[in-house]
Amino acid sequence: MDRIFMELASIYAFVARFFREVFVPPYEFREIIRQCYEVGVRSLPLISLTGFIIGIVFTNQSRPSLADLGATALLPALISVAIVRAMAPLVTALIASGRVGSGIGAELGSMRVTEQIDAMEVSATNPFNFLVVTRVLATTLMIPALTMYTTFVALMGGFVNVSQNELTSLTTFFTQVFDAITFLDIISSSVKSVIFGFTIGMVGCYKGYNSSKGTEGVGKAANSAVVTAMFLIFIEELLILQVVNALRGI
Amino acid sequence: MKTLNPKIDKSSKVIAIEGLKKAFDDFEVLKGVDLELYQGENLVVLGRSGTGKSVLIKIIAGLLRPDEGMINVLGQEVDRLTPKELDRLRLKIGFSFQNSALYDSMTVYENLEFPLVRHMKELGKADRDRSIEEVLEAVGLSQSINQMPSELSGGQRKRIGIARTLILRPEIMLYDEPTAGLDPITSMDINNLINEVQRRFNTSSIIITHDLTCARAVGDRVVMLLDGQFQRQGTFDEVFATTDERVKAFYNYNFID
Repeated sequence: MDRIFMELASIYAFVARFFREVFVPPYEFREIIRQCYEVGVRSLPLISLTGFIIGIVFTNQSRPSLADLGATALLPALISVAIVRAMAPLVTALIASGRVGSGIGAELGSMRVTEQIDAMEVSATNPFNFLVVTRVLATTLMIPALTMYTTFVALMGGFVNVSQNELTSLTTFFTQVFDAITFLDIISSSVKSVIFGFTIGMVGCYKGYNSSKGTEGVGKAANSAVVTAMFLIFIEELLILQVVNALRGI
Repeated sequence: MKTLNPKIDKSSKVIAIEGLKKAFDDFEVLKGVDLELYQGENLVVLGRSGTGKSVLIKIIAGLLRPDEGMINVLGQEVDRLTPKELDRLRLKIGFSFQNSALYDSMTVYENLEFPLVRHMKELGKADRDRSIEEVLEAVGLSQSINQMPSELSGGQRKRIGIARTLILRPEIMLYDEPTAGLDPITSMDINNLINEVQRRFNTSSIIITHDLTCARAVGDRVVMLLDGQFQRQGTFDEVFATTDERVKAFYNYNFID
């Protein structure tokens, strides 16, 4: 029990330190841009493929149920609501946890055990500012951008499927898509992806920055970063859903 | 055997440590260490693995906090400094890590540029490039400027690690096991480099090692850490002119040409 409380105190101190240092110069703009590239641009191939396939598969799986009710015309609206409200933020965050969160955990873990973080410290450079603040900012900024991209790609996947089966035009498809979603859907999806991005960056950095016990510790940091981030993302999804439903008056 | 550096100024202490104690959980590593480093001196700290040699220099650099004792570096008590004051002091201390600790996502050039960009903001790119060329030339690796750390040999990594610490012109150099894991010829090159750094940059250095060849080649003075305390100190020959079985055993198990 003591260990759990020690760990919670350590996490609290780590997060508090982030908010203390994020506004303090020096601002490592070059490193932030480099990390944004790593998190955002380098995730594009995987996100594109996954998003597109999810769009196709979800559309295909939903069709029989709607066909039973004679409501296949509602497919674009259904896809739109499902993808914008839940699937795009969640899928993007889960993929980013695996690709980015583990990468950050492993990279910082390796820097810790090979004394690169100590080397920064003794050269009077704040390693927290250079390594943690930059990475957390990058994930917080790029995951929402990736989520928007995933939404678009998944909708395109859905369109490809719908256009082949229902012969729906692109204009009709996207008119129905935008009719089905509300401003609250877009805002909640964006806020959710900002929170997911922050969680992925913070968990990856925390696990890596505090890793120990040599190469075994690096592996554990990477693994633990993914598992913890995914777990927190599902919890956050559930909590945010309650808040959004309350706002909708459901 | 190294000839004593004539520039050593015994009236000027750059590091003074008194009664330093440090424990990890129940294991007391340093049990009241006293140490002085003089201006221009190369001081070798000898001892077996796990005796707290690296802990000692990490405390000097402010990476670890002592449990007890006074650590005075360049006139400032390290464990009483604010983070900003500690950073200012650290700019005067170069730390060469056992495994070099090069930033492996950066090229050699970027590794050397990293401290310059942050601490010598007044320098333009041309001046930075000149400084980088100068330290690379000093460590004999000008040709490696665009290589990644993973493309370098162990000896080259050590040299680049030393170059990175030299680029801010430190007054004190701390070397953690500079010859560990290197073949005898590369070790000798590193020993020569440590002496060259002392001469060319007029640094005062603490060299942590268990390699007696290194100790003999670079040390103006040698101290031996046994059971958490310094048991012997003097020149290399003075330290090993003893009947203490522990010191003799340490000598006999090392290769001395």
